[in-house]
Amino acid sequence: MESTEKRRSGRPPEDLKNEIRIELPSLSINEGIARLIVSSFISQLDPTFEELCDIKCAVSEAVTNCIVHGYRDARGIVYITVKILNERTVRIEVRDKGCGIENVKEAMQPLFTTDSEGERSGMGFTVMQSFTDRLAVVSRPGKGTRVTMIKTLSGPRERQ
Amino acid sequence: MKRNTKAGAETMLDGHTMIISLSGDIDHHSAKRIRGEIDNSLFTNRPKRAVMDMSGVEFMDSAGLGLILGRIACAEKIGCRLTLLSPSPQVMRILDLAGAGRLIEIKQH
Repeated sequence: MESTEKRRSGRPPEDLKNEIRIELPSLSINEGIARLIVSSFISQLDPTFEELCDIKCAVSEAVTNCIVHGYRDARGIVYITVKILNERTVRIEVRDKGCGIENVKEAMQPLFTTDSEGERSGMGFTVMQSFTDRLAVVSRPGKGTRVTMIKTLSGPRERQ
Repeated sequence: MKRNTKAGAETMLDGHTMIISLSGDIDHHSAKRIRGEIDNSLFTNRPKRAVMDMSGVEFMDSAGLGLILGRIACAEKIGCRLTLLSPSPQVMRILDLAGAGRLIEIKQH
């Protein structure tokens, strides 16, 4: 993941309007706290109720994945960065330094789950994909996983 | 800022029908406890019918979906017919992603 960071620094600066960085211990209680912080931050763009619900849900899935799969219930830090770009585009990055995913393509298949008790739906990545415009997952086994989600909100004019 | 709503399940027996009222935010954090509360009541009372009232659910992600799919399987084991009542449009979108409408009857008030 370090190499990607280096590449990014070489890019032209984005039209960054606002940014928030959050670091939370990988405790399940923080799933709801992450949702609340991100939705409060996004509220400055006056999103529709549905857009806000979509973002809350996508963030919840990404943070839960860090806690349950990345750190496998051991203690670690979940890193969340939310950027507002080009007026109405939101880029959300959720990252962990956990165990990583061996096969990202397989993990992203709908209904794929490592849960043997049958209580997880295996729909986390499908929710993230369906509720945002773009989803990118970069993972290195033993190093961690970074999920990036991009969603452009509707403008006030489009809603009339 | 709105506080994170405490999630829970209240069960009530009405003849042969069990009413399960879910409320608050259903995510990975709350799902395990809610699952225990529902299963405890379901396996103790073994009703013929159960209605899961979703009208009090303020937020649900795929962990809630897993909870519902798991309860469908539990109800089947004891010969109980489970129905979902009044999911919000947000909850309905998650249910639709998994095609839950094919697995369980969903009613609106």
